[in-house]
Amino acid sequence: MTATAEAPVAAPVAADVTFRIRRFQPEIDAEPHWEEYTVPLYPTDRVLTALEKIKGEIDGTLTFRRSCGHGICGSDAMRINGRNRLACKTLVKDLDIRKPITVEAIKGLPLEKDLVVDMEPFFDAYRAVLPFLIPDGHEPSRERLQSAEDRARFDDGTKCILCACCTTSCPVYWTDGQYFGPAAIVAANRFIFDSRDAGAEQRLEILNEKEGVWRCRTTFNCTDACPRGIEVTKAIQEVKRALIFRKV
Amino acid sequence: MSVGTLYRGGEGMWTWVLHRITGVSVFFFLLVHVLDTALVRVSPEAYDLVIASYKTPIVNLLEVGLVGAVLYHALNGLRVILVDFWSKGPRLQRQMTWAIGAVWVVLMLPGTFFMLKHTVENLFGSAA
Repeated sequence: MTATAEAPVAAPVAADVTFRIRRFQPEIDAEPHWEEYTVPLYPTDRVLTALEKIKGEIDGTLTFRRSCGHGICGSDAMRINGRNRLACKTLVKDLDIRKPITVEAIKGLPLEKDLVVDMEPFFDAYRAVLPFLIPDGHEPSRERLQSAEDRARFDDGTKCILCACCTTSCPVYWTDGQYFGPAAIVAANRFIFDSRDAGAEQRLEILNEKEGVWRCRTTFNCTDACPRGIEVTKAIQEVKRALIFRKV
Repeated sequence: MSVGTLYRGGEGMWTWVLHRITGVSVFFFLLVHVLDTALVRVSPEAYDLVIASYKTPIVNLLEVGLVGAVLYHALNGLRVILVDFWSKGPRLQRQMTWAIGAVWVVLMLPGTFFMLKHTVENLFGSAA
């Protein structure tokens, strides 16, 4: 035996973590209420794992959305310790487990049950900004070519997974549900600054309305909340600048 | 009835909250100010009486608060303009927040000193 054996890796230790979850069952509850659950978790576990443990082992009525569990489908946006995050991208080791971890539904959309909200108003705003390519002229017989620089121009916005973390972190959106909200503006930005797209003028007019980009108060909650690291406030600002200086 | 927790936003959210509070406060000051100034046309004696009631330590403190509110609102307003219209603004918003905070403190320290000097001397007696 050589003496090159690696130091033994310490086995991870599970610790009891308490979750304070804002529950609402429309069939029985008149109002939402807080309930506490304690589950053993490893530091590397996700909050989503905890919710699944609670649902599977303690209370099967706990309701939440999840799909891929890997931060790409955008289903499990929720407010964890007061901030919007994806439950599948939030690890226990990044939270202070000496106090209960609060989990509640995202704010500003109608609460349906426990951690599930009605996403329809959010998608309505998304649809309203025409989030698809509006081409110009004849359909080309080959690909629509684009330089690397032109592609990079709108790269940030392509990362959006429509989880609603940004829109439901916005104080303007909480009080004014008519506001398009950050996510819809990011979607518009993604096409406005796409060199292959010819619908910029249309989208800018939509966002120039009362409930458009001018409702943004630059609180940066959206930028801080985005699980994809999109500079959301910057994307909104670019649309404002395009409107002011009439230059895309 | 259970309410949700307070959203834990960063500097951007709290500067905005403070911007609202100082804005509304300054508006109410202006409202009172227009009313008391208009009083001179109703009755100069009543006007003198109201203005005399302002020469109290409490109102002096309120004046410092007013200057602080106007100064904050002005500085943060410039920051918001830069965030909105300067291409580098959104990336530098945190640094700009600390910058306006520093300017506010630097201007308020001597400002508070000179504004309260008279009141403090009257209350506790002048050293001179």
